[in-house]
Amino acid sequence: MSFDLFCQYFLAGITYGSIYAVVAIGFNIIYNTTGIINFAQGEFVMLGGMIAISLNQILPLPLAIGLAIIATMIIGALIEMIFIRWLDQPSVLRMIIITIGVSILVREVALHVWGESVRSLPYFTGNEISSVKILGASVSPQVFWVLSACLLIVAGLSIFFKRMSLGHEMRACSANRMAATLCGINVKNMVTLSFMLSAGIGAMAGCVVSPITYTLYDMGPGLAIKGFTVAIIGGLGNSMAAVAAGLILGLIESFSVSVMPLVFQDVIAIIILLLILFVRPHGIFGNKEAAGLKEF
Amino acid sequence: MKRFVALIMAGLFFCLTVAPAAMAKTIKVGAILAVTGGASFLGGPESRTIEMLADELNAAGGINGNKIELIIKDSGANPEKAISFAKQLIEEEQVFAIIGPSTSGETMKLKKICESNKTILLSCGAAEVIVNPVARYVFKTPQKDSFAAKKIFMVMNELGITKVAVMAGNTGFGKAGKSQLLKIAPEFGIEVVATEVYDKKSTDLSAVVAKLRSNKDIQAVVNWSIVPAQAILAKNMRQAGWDVPLFQSHGFGNIKYVEAAGAAAEGIIFPAGRLLVSDALPDSNPQKAVLNQYKHAYEERFKEPASTFGGHGYDAFKILCRAIDEAGADREKVRDAIENMKGFVGTGGVFNFSPADHNGLGIDAFTMVTVKDGKFTLYKK
Repeated sequence: MSFDLFCQYFLAGITYGSIYAVVAIGFNIIYNTTGIINFAQGEFVMLGGMIAISLNQILPLPLAIGLAIIATMIIGALIEMIFIRWLDQPSVLRMIIITIGVSILVREVALHVWGESVRSLPYFTGNEISSVKILGASVSPQVFWVLSACLLIVAGLSIFFKRMSLGHEMRACSANRMAATLCGINVKNMVTLSFMLSAGIGAMAGCVVSPITYTLYDMGPGLAIKGFTVAIIGGLGNSMAAVAAGLILGLIESFSVSVMPLVFQDVIAIIILLLILFVRPHGIFGNKEAAGLKEF
Repeated sequence: MKRFVALIMAGLFFCLTVAPAAMAKTIKVGAILAVTGGASFLGGPESRTIEMLADELNAAGGINGNKIELIIKDSGANPEKAISFAKQLIEEEQVFAIIGPSTSGETMKLKKICESNKTILLSCGAAEVIVNPVARYVFKTPQKDSFAAKKIFMVMNELGITKVAVMAGNTGFGKAGKSQLLKIAPEFGIEVVATEVYDKKSTDLSAVVAKLRSNKDIQAVVNWSIVPAQAILAKNMRQAGWDVPLFQSHGFGNIKYVEAAGAAAEGIIFPAGRLLVSDALPDSNPQKAVLNQYKHAYEERFKEPASTFGGHGYDAFKILCRAIDEAGADREKVRDAIENMKGFVGTGGVFNFSPADHNGLGIDAFTMVTVKDGKFTLYKK
């Protein structure tokens, strides 16, 4: 394999990986406060993209993206208030099934609002054919937007969870619901907040990946499966690990193309997921003891 | 009580026997189309088109006074759903004929069902296997994929291209197209040096583009699919700075893909029906009037550009109506009428059906189209 080709695969892998990572982070936030996996995460990504595309018809791009993120956060909060908040001591399984139901509902609504056609935001810099040359390989400038969005989100989240009191409160809810309540933390509000946060991050992901992957009303499940895989591989609940795992999976998928037919690309992701679940169920970067204390 | 039951029975009997003769008949036509899901840009325009045509027809008094009642089912391009809808339409609704499905994969599943239930199926799927071997009750309106492959190879011969890579989506259409390409290529002296199949939900193909590009023998890429990935492939090739000609299948005939691929769509060459370039046709072309009339009606009503796929629905519906008009509302006679129909001018071409050819279109139904300045134009060397 020539060096140029190696670089090209590497950059393709980074492209895949950054898309997976940015979706996986959204899973982790809700998991961190509620202990559940929100299977509607892919739908937040779709909604963010779709709303931004619609707003971009009349507004400049940055404003459209900003408003789309806010709108998706409101939708995320509404979903939590309508479907989850009023449940009394819901089991983890019940909440997960609810999120699956919500994801189907959101998809159907999106189908009626936006129809079945392919849409996308314009490239943030350049256009469909512009590329940046790095070490002899070419890559779309949009990939750097996705990567920077990833880094921005991770940095923002680590400050939020480590330094801010609201972040501490959210982590407390995840560690021990009862104790958090006794400390005077309003657990229900924290859960709503976590839905808003992950909806916002999903929407941001939906906007930055839209020029690369396009936005379709049924793009959610595909992205959610990959994001979920990455979240598990990295270790649930750890955003930094999700980015690392996302890049690892992206690179493995990309380099796998050089030795075997493209059809097997998705098989590889699933095989890795299964291996991790058998060998290290708490994820590559996860902590076994910490995982053992979780309800799910 | 007994007398009451008897009265109702008598009433029912009256309704069943006397009433239908007194009023004009309603002909139930089923349609199984992928209105949603991965093939929705096929099924969406198809279902909107036949709905529009049925409204027009019924407003004008129907066929010899017989109204058409459309029952459209959304299969979401899922073969299992298509099968259960077909059974429902045939057994419960007892439809006169079925239009659709939109995809080749679904149609192949319904071929046997319609055959054993003697229900006419007018498929909008493109693969040649639908009508080869011929099934007595199964017809299709899109042009055959083997002709599309031949058209592409003809252009390659003109351009002096001999070594190509074939890419295909993992749908029924992609698989059928890939096998046609591999089968026909030697006839034109063209060698397929690489073949890759991608998932229908692929979001980025830059890795495989890198792989193909490293093979310096490849002079052109032929891509065969109906999914958004065909626009993604075009982008990834141009982003990688790989400028070999990209040929697409007739599945690219939707302006939305051109919009999605943007600048990367420029120069893509693909075979298509004449609908996409109807304005550029000479007035002597027999299809021109039909194409422009359909295009304007569709665009006015639905505020979106007409595509060749909606045209497949148009052809299926119109062929059925013409056959009913000629033969009356008798299923066997209508089947014979379709099989013997000659010179029907549709959007896909001029149809000449025969017992051996249930598609009725020749290779001249295709024209080569290219993308220039974000629009479809006739391809010229």
